[in-house]
This record gives sequence, structure tokens and C-alpha cells, in this order.
Amino acid sequence: MATVAELQIKSLQIRADLLRLIHNAKMGHTGGSLSNTDILTALYYEIMKHDPARPKWAERDRFIASKGHSVESLWCILADLGYFPKEELATYCQFGTRLIGHPNNKVAGIEMNTGALGHGLAISVGMALAAKKDSKAYRVFCLMGDGEQAEGSVWEAAMAGAHYKLDNLIGFVDRNRLQISGNTEDVMGIDPLDRKWEAFGWHVKQVNGHDFGELLETLRAVPEQTGKPTLVILNTTKGKGVSFAENQPEWHHHVPNEEQLRLAVAELEAASAAIRAAEEERGTNG
Amino acid sequence: MANNIPNRQAMCEALIELAQEDRDIMVLASDSRGSAAMAPFVKQFPEQFVETGIAEQNIVGIAAGLAHSGKKPFVTSPACFLSMRSIEQVKVDVAYSATNVKLVGISGGVSYGALGMSHHSLQDIAVTRAIPGLTIILPADRHETRKMTQALAKHEGGTYVRIGRNPVEDVYESDDYDFQIGKAVVMKPGSDVTLIGTGETVRIALDAAKLLEEAGIGARVLNMHTIKPLDEEAIIAAAKETGAIVTLEEHSIFGGLGAAVAEVTSTNIPVPLRILGIPDEPAIAGKTAEIFAHYGLTADNVQKLASELVKAKVKQV
Repeated sequence: MATVAELQIKSLQIRADLLRLIHNAKMGHTGGSLSNTDILTALYYEIMKHDPARPKWAERDRFIASKGHSVESLWCILADLGYFPKEELATYCQFGTRLIGHPNNKVAGIEMNTGALGHGLAISVGMALAAKKDSKAYRVFCLMGDGEQAEGSVWEAAMAGAHYKLDNLIGFVDRNRLQISGNTEDVMGIDPLDRKWEAFGWHVKQVNGHDFGELLETLRAVPEQTGKPTLVILNTTKGKGVSFAENQPEWHHHVPNEEQLRLAVAELEAASAAIRAAEEERGTNG
Repeated sequence: MANNIPNRQAMCEALIELAQEDRDIMVLASDSRGSAAMAPFVKQFPEQFVETGIAEQNIVGIAAGLAHSGKKPFVTSPACFLSMRSIEQVKVDVAYSATNVKLVGISGGVSYGALGMSHHSLQDIAVTRAIPGLTIILPADRHETRKMTQALAKHEGGTYVRIGRNPVEDVYESDDYDFQIGKAVVMKPGSDVTLIGTGETVRIALDAAKLLEEAGIGARVLNMHTIKPLDEEAIIAAAKETGAIVTLEEHSIFGGLGAAVAEVTSTNIPVPLRILGIPDEPAIAGKTAEIFAHYGLTADNVQKLASELVKAKVKQV
């Protein structure tokens, strides 16, 4: 079982990787990828049952990136886990690549092609329903954006998930409160998000989406209620981990220049070093 | 011969037989189990049926998720909604993700003739044809619907099927014939002109061919049940051997069967071609037969058009 510190260090490494990826390609969704790195790290390195050597393993848990545009963190994680060679990351968004700017199921580890918002949850409902029909134990995790909540199709799927009592379905909303045009509540208000999902029949949890302690505690307990799908609102910060990108709408798809990349990686490495030092100290004292 | 069995019923019967053997076959409906004639399936296989309510985007997304998990979903929903409201799910979740979803547009074309343009599906072929990876089939009668349903259960890949609401006169005497996805059927040989129909217009083509025969013109009739992948060979052979083509479709004259045939002939063997369908306007209200008559989708009119084409062809020579 991975420790909180190990996951923190891993997620800092993935953040540095994705910033390099975006810097090299000169394109990408920087803010959103930084905001979802921690949930992806928790899922892929601790919570989900999966095997990079057997990407089609029938019993694997499924992950659907409904907010497909924040794919950079996912590419870096899949490469880190060995779903494809790390060197291939250099082809991200280059001519003829498989590693495009959205999830692509031509790559091992990607279940479905996503990118058009409001699709992932319905697909996830179908997968979770199939698991129930076949009495299989796998679970389906679906990550949505908060701006994405304005898509009507999200709510069609929400109804169906509750109607079919899919307690093997876990939805997430990456609640960083920013979308490309500004604050979600100014663009199209979605609050009170928790009460909306509850009204649609889901068991709703709110967590700090950057706190691995909270994330693991919540995800290890799912489902808390039999017969109900779970919706976890991840209270997050867009651009998390890079001081000058945090909470800046323009960093939705801003590309770090050479200097910004250097500063950002330095910040991330310093944070990582601080965790290691604290761990060592804890080890010495304990 | 008179037939009282609509294609949707023929499909339901075939699916019931298939579902007995294969527990992965599933039927989905969007509050449309009645109009899809799927109630007997639901009764017999409740565990293999999924109701999504009136939510056409959702039904396609859910079907894609089911298919990804090894199920063989048949989505039965009105063609007018399935081919429009949920087209992005069709494009992304079915075609792009390459899921084995069978999309069955029921009450297609002008089946709901009196209900207005919202309920007509006269753009579905054009829209689905432009999406890479989809197979598109319009069965001509109940026998072909049965053959097609059996073939689809074995066929891997996203498919759009359109069937009408009302019984159509048989074009086959039985289902004892060779049905292959992507292979046109020569319903009648002929060397003066070719009439190409799809779905319910095959019957009109056959009736027109009979009239032409009486007038001494040998019309070949092609049943182009599969619009995609298109049987280009059969079209090129028809152009070469008969020198003139009339296409008949219950669809806009833009982007449907006629356009598909024209794409083939114009680049391979240009021949005089007439595209018969619904003009670029909200279709007039009425019963299917009335609407067909209004727009010239009748044996008489096809005979007239085809005769003119044959005359023009002779002049050119």
C-alpha cells in the first residue's frame, strides 16, 4: 500500500513531467491537468485494480476521463506505469502521434475516446451496468470537470446511474471553480452542486482534492451506501502546485516558457525535497 | 402480396431468437419499446433490456459503455432523434471509439408523415455517411430485416439501421437468399437502365421495372440495402452495362443514396443519373404513400423518368 508521502512525491513528479510535455509541444491544458493530477495519482497508484501488462484484463477497474482535455497528467501517469514507453511522450501532439490532446483508445490503458464534454458519465453508466449484469466486481471511475456540469447529458446519465442503483460507479467533479472564460459561477452557475447530485439520487462526498489522506479515506470506503452511485466533489485549485499558475484562468491552456518551466520545476522539486526531509525526520524520530 | 408484418416486428422476432442463444445481445429503448415493437423482447428477456427514458444522448453513451464491456446492444429509438439529437455520441462514443453498437432508427423517413419535420428523418443517411467507420443499412422488407438482424449479431462494429413504421410490401418471397452486408442484390436483370432503391423504395423500383418492361425497356433493379460500405462494383457494372441510372430514396436529395451513387459514377464512369428523393424543403404532411406521390416517388413517375433517360442515352449515341 502506498503511503501519503509516496503519493505526494509521485504527483509532484507527474506535475513536472506534464509541464515539460506541454512546454515541448507548445500546447496543452496546463491548469486542468495540474488540478486533476492528485486524483489520478490516487486512483492509478493506489485505488484502482489494474495491470499495465494486461490493459484488457476483464476484471480491471475502468477509468473514464470525461474531461478529456486535461489529458497531459494521464499520459504522464500511463507512461510512468509502463502502459507505453516513456520516450513516446516526446511525440505528444506531434504530427501523426497517438498521444493527441485527448484520450485515445489506440493507446493501452485508455478505455474510450473522450474530449467532447458530457459523454463520459453515460459511457460509465453503461460499463457499470454491464458489470452488474455479468456479476463482475470491477468499478468504474469517471472524472468530470466543473464547467462540464453545464452539459445536459451529464444529468441524463446522473438519472440513469441512480435509477439502475449503480453503486459500482464513482463520479468525480474536479471543482477548481474556473473554466476557460472565468469563474464557473459567473459563466454558468452550477452551485449548489452537492445538493443537485443528491437530488439526482447520488451519495455525495466533498473532499480536498489535493489531500491524499482525505482522498484515500474516501475512496477506500466507496460505496458507503449500497444501491447508490457515489459522486465525489474534489475541491481543487486550477494550476495546483505552480504558484504563478494557481487560480489563473489564462493558465487553462497557457504554455510555460523556458523560464516559467524552470521556476515551476524548481518549486515542485523543492516541495518534493521537503516531503522527503519530513519523512526522514519522522523515520528518525519514530 | 399484402403483408401485415412491419419490419420492426420482424426485427424483434429475430432478436428474440438471437437473444436465446446469446445472452450478450441487449435491446435499449428511450421510452420507445412500443414504437420499436420490442415489447415481446422486453417481456421475454427483461434482463437483456435497458430503458433509458426519453434521453437519446444517454442511450447512445450507455450503449457504448455496454458494448465496451462485451455486450451487443441494439439501440431502438426514433430515427429522427437518434440520428440528430445523439449524433455527437454516435460520432465519438460509437464510431470514433469503435464500439459495437447497433443503432436502429425506427419510424424512419416520413413514417411519421403527418407529424411534421421534427419527426421526419430525411437527413440521417447524409449525416451518418460522413462519419468514418459506421455501417449504414436500410432493409427493404421484413425478410431482409430478419436476414440483416442475424448478420448484425455477428457483425462487429458501429452500425446505423433505418426501418419504417408501417408494413411494406414484400420484395422477397422468403428469407432464403444471400444477404451480405455491403453487397447489393440484383433484384431483376436488365440492360437499358438501372433503378437503384434502398429500404422501402426497392418495392417502387421493382414496380417501375415491371411497367418499363411492358413498354419494352429492360430495367435492372438494384437493392442497395447497405449504403456504407457502398457496393461500388455493382454501381460501376450497372453504369457500364446499362448506361443510365435512377436512384430512389426516402431521404433528402442531398447526401443520400443518389449522392453516394453519383460520387462513384462521376469518378469512374459518368452516365446520365437522376436522383429521386425529397427536395430541400420541410416535407409536406401526410401518409407515406401521399408524400411519396407528391414528390414523384411512384412507379409511374420512375417509369417516366427512366424512359426519358433511355431516350436521351440513345440520342447521345
